[in-house]
Amino acid sequence: MKRFMKIYLEKPELAGVAFLVILTIVFQARSGGVFLSAANLQGILGLLPEVALVAVGVTLLMICGEFDLSVGSVFALTPMSMAVMLEAGWPFLPAFALGLCVALLVGFINGVLTVKFAIPSFITTLGMLFVARSVTVVISGGFPPLLPNGAFPKWLFVAYVGPGDMFRMSFLWFVAIAVLVTLLLSRTNFGNWVRATGGFLPAAQSMGIPTKRVKVACFMLCSLLAGLAGSLQVMRLGAPLPSIGEGLELQAVAAAVIGGTALTGGIGTILGGIIGATLIRVIDNGLVLSQVDANWFKMALGALTVFAVILNAWLRKTAKSIKVETGK
Amino acid sequence: MTSEPIIQVRNLHKWYSGVHALKGVTLDFHRNETVGLVGDNGAGKSTLINILSGTQAPTEGEIFFEGRKVSFKGPADAMEAGIETIYQYNSMVPTMSIARNMFIGREPLKWSIGGVGILDTKKMAEESVQAIADVDLHLRSPDALVGELSGGQRQGVAIARAMHFKSKVMILDEPTNHLAVKETQKVLGFVKSLKELGIPGIFISHNIHHVFECCDRMVAMARGEVVLDKRVEDTSMDEILDVL
Repeated sequence: MKRFMKIYLEKPELAGVAFLVILTIVFQARSGGVFLSAANLQGILGLLPEVALVAVGVTLLMICGEFDLSVGSVFALTPMSMAVMLEAGWPFLPAFALGLCVALLVGFINGVLTVKFAIPSFITTLGMLFVARSVTVVISGGFPPLLPNGAFPKWLFVAYVGPGDMFRMSFLWFVAIAVLVTLLLSRTNFGNWVRATGGFLPAAQSMGIPTKRVKVACFMLCSLLAGLAGSLQVMRLGAPLPSIGEGLELQAVAAAVIGGTALTGGIGTILGGIIGATLIRVIDNGLVLSQVDANWFKMALGALTVFAVILNAWLRKTAKSIKVETGK
Repeated sequence: MTSEPIIQVRNLHKWYSGVHALKGVTLDFHRNETVGLVGDNGAGKSTLINILSGTQAPTEGEIFFEGRKVSFKGPADAMEAGIETIYQYNSMVPTMSIARNMFIGREPLKWSIGGVGILDTKKMAEESVQAIADVDLHLRSPDALVGELSGGQRQGVAIARAMHFKSKVMILDEPTNHLAVKETQKVLGFVKSLKELGIPGIFISHNIHHVFECCDRMVAMARGEVVLDKRVEDTSMDEILDVL
């Protein structure tokens, strides 16, 4: 029994799950039952993949012990690159591929600069935040390109599917990717290296893990997911705006942290990041339904972030103090 | 010692941006012998060990392992050859389980593409339980986090790992640092048991008492040079303290 308590209290995403349950009950009551209605859930699930995909990437990178503040800018740059090429007459696939390659390139540069010069990724990606945003505005020429109808296959990415049109295709993409990244982290040797690199770098290095390459790979994956998320949003809205994704980098960090990821690396789960991202969407949506002034959103998000981390630290401490013999 | 040495170090030099850390070290390490390497901070023992374990490259000189000339490009190369190093800060990731720590960098895979593949977690759990039992360490679950183990238990797991991968030489870099007295005894016991298992060991410490307790031969270093190299029975603690 004690052992079970200990195992569950140690789950890093526990605090996030608790908040999610509580807030769902509160919003359901406050909104007179509208919150959990099919129509509202459809709205939440339609927007969720865009934040959650970014959160998945940021969570992975944070577990690896690094940080990416440029995801918000990549979120805008990737679809803008795609849109510019579409306007120039490229077919969808090459334009989309080019956009994702731009995202990968940004991640590669972030990673190489960070490991090569041994500088904090906070700095390299802060620089990239401005650079990538600037490039986005420059290539858009100040005016977002007008995309002809049918420029991209909506059915493949944003059309509604499922019973009662509950989901968008983007949600299915998100679920598939989330499962893949979760398996990558928990079931592969690469995942083992990511955790070791973020958990205790000297040990990982002395065991012969190519920690630099592991980090660069995580930067690239994180950037790729941010770019894909931005592309999904643009396809949903039908027009690329150079300003999308502003502030998203911090929301993604908040999501990861609410989900139990440690800033120091090594601790966290992809599921936790997704729960964090879901919480953010739920608060955004729930406040509106509860007819609270929408400007309280950031206040709620900030308070939740701090409170979740405090709760997590307390849970972990409690779990640690439950004595379970390690030896016989 | 008539058999060929397992490691031969010939005229090894190492410069660090203007500092001459190793000044032409020549040493043999034999099979069936545990060597105690002592010296003050900055004497060059860590540099020598870092070169043997592949984390640093020598500026000049040669290393022969089992008679063949080797030049390690990284720790993975040295481990591949059979040289396992256990560091003072301990080479374990506290936030990961024992089973995962056992196999960091050498994970058994069910299948893989380009070096990345699916872990064989069942094999990892079974083999880590076996390996830990083999060094007479009793831990209840391979899923426990290494961060929850005591310092001595962690060194025990590190030694179990080295045994499991059939290392031919084990280097222990200050394994008794920051350990309580009882834990220290346990680690010294591990070192002694290496001899019974026929694994040559190199035991680095600045605690001469620890080294005397479990080694066959003493090598003392000072200012980047070997200043003493004798069988334990031919020397004394006083003599070693004198040369340091």
